[in-house]
Formats: sequence, C-alpha cells, structure tokens
Amino acid sequence: MSRRPASERLIETFIRLSAGVAIAALVMIFIFIGKEALPVLTSPKVREEAGLSKLFLPQPPAAGKPARFSWQPVSKVPKYSLLPLFVGTIKVTLVSLLFALPLALGAALFTSEFAAAWLKEIVKPVIELLAAIPSVVLGFLALIVTASYVQNVFGLDFRLNTLNAGMALALAVIPVVYTVAEDALSSVPNSFREGSIALGATSWQTAWRVVLPAAFPGIFAACVLGFGRAIGETMIVLMASGNAAVLSWNAGHPFRSLSATVAAELGEVVKGSPHYHVLFFIGVMLFIFTFLTNFAGQMFVTRLKEKLTGAR
Amino acid sequence: MPVPTEDVFRIEDLRIRAGKKELLKGISLSLRRNEILSAIGPSGSGKTTFLRCLNRLTDLEEGLTIEGRVLFKGKNIFDPETDAIELRRKVGMVFAVPMPLPMSIRDNLMLPLRLQSNSLEEDADGRIETCLRAAFLWDEVKDRLSLAATSLSGGQQQRLCLARSLMVRPDVLLLDEPCSGLDPISTAKIEEALQGLKKVMSVVLVTNNVKQASRTSDRTAFLLMGELVELGETGQIFTNPRDSRTGDYVSGRFG
Repeated sequence: MSRRPASERLIETFIRLSAGVAIAALVMIFIFIGKEALPVLTSPKVREEAGLSKLFLPQPPAAGKPARFSWQPVSKVPKYSLLPLFVGTIKVTLVSLLFALPLALGAALFTSEFAAAWLKEIVKPVIELLAAIPSVVLGFLALIVTASYVQNVFGLDFRLNTLNAGMALALAVIPVVYTVAEDALSSVPNSFREGSIALGATSWQTAWRVVLPAAFPGIFAACVLGFGRAIGETMIVLMASGNAAVLSWNAGHPFRSLSATVAAELGEVVKGSPHYHVLFFIGVMLFIFTFLTNFAGQMFVTRLKEKLTGAR
Repeated sequence: MPVPTEDVFRIEDLRIRAGKKELLKGISLSLRRNEILSAIGPSGSGKTTFLRCLNRLTDLEEGLTIEGRVLFKGKNIFDPETDAIELRRKVGMVFAVPMPLPMSIRDNLMLPLRLQSNSLEEDADGRIETCLRAAFLWDEVKDRLSLAATSLSGGQQQRLCLARSLMVRPDVLLLDEPCSGLDPISTAKIEEALQGLKKVMSVVLVTNNVKQASRTSDRTAFLLMGELVELGETGQIFTNPRDSRTGDYVSGRFG
C-alpha cells in the first residue's frame, strides 16, 4: 500500500469523524429518549397508572361510568389516553398538507417551467425566505391575526380550530416542499424539454407529461419532508390549536397535538412520575412516526427510480 | 427514375444573430421532396443552428434575432400566424444525444400520438411496429415493449428516438449528428433506415462525419462560419468541388 501524505490522512480522519458524530448524535437521542420512555413498558408502578392498555384503550373516568378516551394527566385519577393526541396531530397534519402541497408544488412547477428568468430570481428566494420566519411568529400570526377571521369566514364555533392552525402550519411546510421540489424539477435535463417540444408538445404538456414524471422521485421526497415538518412542528400548534385534547376529526374543533403536549407539560411534570415517562413515550412515538415515513418514502423512491431507469 | 422537384422547404436569405455574433450569414437553399440533404462543416459553422431553425426550436433560446424567410410548403414558418406546435408535428427531429424519456418503450412511442389527443391513432400497435421496423429496431425490442426505454443500449435508444419521431408521419425529418456517439453497426442501421425513409419524406442530416454525408445523402451543403460555401450533388461535392475550401474540408485538410 502506498503511503499517502499525512495531511490527506488527517483530512480523511476529520471527515470520518464528522460523519460519525452526526450518526452518534442521532443514536444517542434515540437511546436517551427511549431510556426515559421504557418504564411505560417495564416498571410495574408506572404500568399500573399508565400502561399500554391505559394509553390506547378507552378507560372509565370513574367507577361505573362508560369508558372513554381522555388525556387528563393531572386530575385526581390521571388519564393518559393518547388517542385524542394522535387524532389531533394527524388531523392538523392533513389540513396543513392539503393547503401546502398544492401551493408549494404549483409554485415549484411555475418557477421551474413557466416563469421568466427575472421572475424566478425574485419568487424563489422570497418563498425560501418563508423558512426563515421563526415558527413562534407564525404561531402569533395564527393566534392573534387570522383566528377570528377564519372563524367568521367559515362560520366555526371555535376561534382556535384545526383549520386555522393547519393553515399557519402550511406556511411552515410550503418553503420546505417548494425548495426540494423546485430543485428536483430544475435538475431535469433540458434535453428532455427540447425533445418533448420537438415532438410537438406544448409547454404545458411538456411540464405535465415529461418534466413532472421525470422529477417525480424528488417531488415525492419533498412531500415526505413536508410531512415530517408538519408532524413535528410544535410552536405553531401549541399557540394556535386551543390545546383541547378532544377526540374529534372535525376540522372546526380545537385539538391538542403530540408535540405540543410534550412542550407544554414536560417543563412542569414531576421527574420520574408516570406522567413524565408517558411524555417521553410520546417523544419516541413521534420519532418512530417520522422515521418510518422517511424510510417508507425512501423505499418508494428507490423502487420508482428502478422502474424509471429500467435497472433491476 | 422519377425526378423529385417540388420543394418542401425554401430558405431565403436566412440570417441569425445572437447579440452581435452572427451565427448564420444569409443562407438560401431548398429542400426537395424525397431527398436526403446533409449539412457538413466544422463545429461552429452554424449547421445545428440552421437545423433548429427549421422546426423553430430556436424559439426556446432567448436573444436570437432571425431575419429572412423559411418557407415550409410555401408558408413562412416565422409568420406570427404559423402554429409552431403544428409545424413540429410535420417536421420531426432526432438529437445528437439519444433522448428517450423515462418511461417504457411503448409509452415513448405513444407519446407523440397522445400529445395530439384529437387524432388518436386507431391502430396504435400496428403503427408502433411499422415505425420500429422502419428504424430497424423491431426485432430487437418486439418482446419487451413494456421495458423502460433507458434500459436499451445507446444505439438502440437512438433508433427508438428515430422511430418515435416517425409516429406522427412527418413530412421532414431533421437529424442533428444522430450517430456521433454510436458504434459502427448502429450507425449503419440508422443510415440504412434513412434510405428507406426518404421514399416517404425528406431528410436533413447534420453530420460531423464527412464520410457519412458522402455515403447517405443525395445533396450536400458545406457550411463554414455561418456561410453556405457550396451546395451540390453529393458526388460533385466530394469529387469535383467548385470552392477550394470545400475540397480542403472534405479531403480532411482542416476541420
């Protein structure tokens, strides 16, 4: 083996180290959160108050009352049903994606395929600047500025509702989806466009039937990233959701999300109590949720790429 | 032998400028029915620009000034009322780099038909076979039409692109150095395909390969620095050129 200069080996070690640190950080986050969440499964004391059946099955609020799902961790008989939180999280994520995906993908398609060069120079940085707005500012906007307006326009019973929070959340999702999708569209080789135009396609046909399918893996990745952003976002939903842990799929009702629950309660919980461990358990659930979505998305994209390029 | 006389394209004093730079300095020629016209010349001579003019692919480039007239079947293609989309369906094109789209072989071939949904071909499978046969590709792909087009070899991809441009029965076929990246066998197959195609259409072949021009074309145009130096029967250009620059180029003294 030939000897390489010391400087080169030093650089290589440094690069290996940085990659290692990033992976180690991820693993350690999972280990420490998992360690705090584990008593929910193992400790008899915690399981008696907040075991898996208590988290996922309906429980009677008092002896003789019909069983229901409720999250009341600090009442005299603490109740830890996670279902209202799951439903609230999924509900607001869906609402936000419903607004964000069409807008972000439409904007990406417009800037990459139809906009004049000077217009693209303006639109792209401006949308990407949205990502630089702190989420607390977006939460403030939803809480103070748009809430009453949305309530009046849609004739809703509650000022703080899922629709309003979802729209604010969409503002946080749009720049993520837009940036990745726009890059995917722009990196489609120009020869595809020329070839399509030369076949007698209009520019709309070219964008829709040639460029969009060619960029689909990247566009799908953009949507998965947007989903991850929406489900993990804390501050906006904490401020704008009303934080009522009600089990309801109605977009006009307030809700309480998993992430906002952790943010609101972890600061005041008694360390080592069942409540404390359940909050970490929620963290693990969120972690697994986003991990699985990313993983499934990655699998799908790989499969799709194989199909498109014919590699098997 | 019938003498084809009617002109498909008539180009009159075509000048193209990009900013101050003159890409084409006044070119006049005609393309006859059922002929293969090749355009040769060193790189930068403007032959590709000339070709891209004929189906108005130049529209995609910003900052080009185009003067002169290009008559396709008697109508100037640069007239505002000319429909460029319609023109490109009559004037097909094959690029230097094979450009199959990331979909199956069949979908690639169907794309031109689907783009003009108002004239859906009733016998699409028959049309696919006809075009693949014309491009000498049918025997190699007939059992795997649903495979991704990108899984074909480079030479097969280029013949697929040729077949695809035939799907809508164009009157003219433009080829921009179609064999520049291909092996000799694929090249031979494409040249053979062109001989068959000229029975039903006219072909403009831009090539860097002087030998290819002499093998395949009926007439040859020699371009140099945006000027049409000489245009004549291929045999005359290669054996008895009127301009000394043409002779130098075809005999390999520069280029």
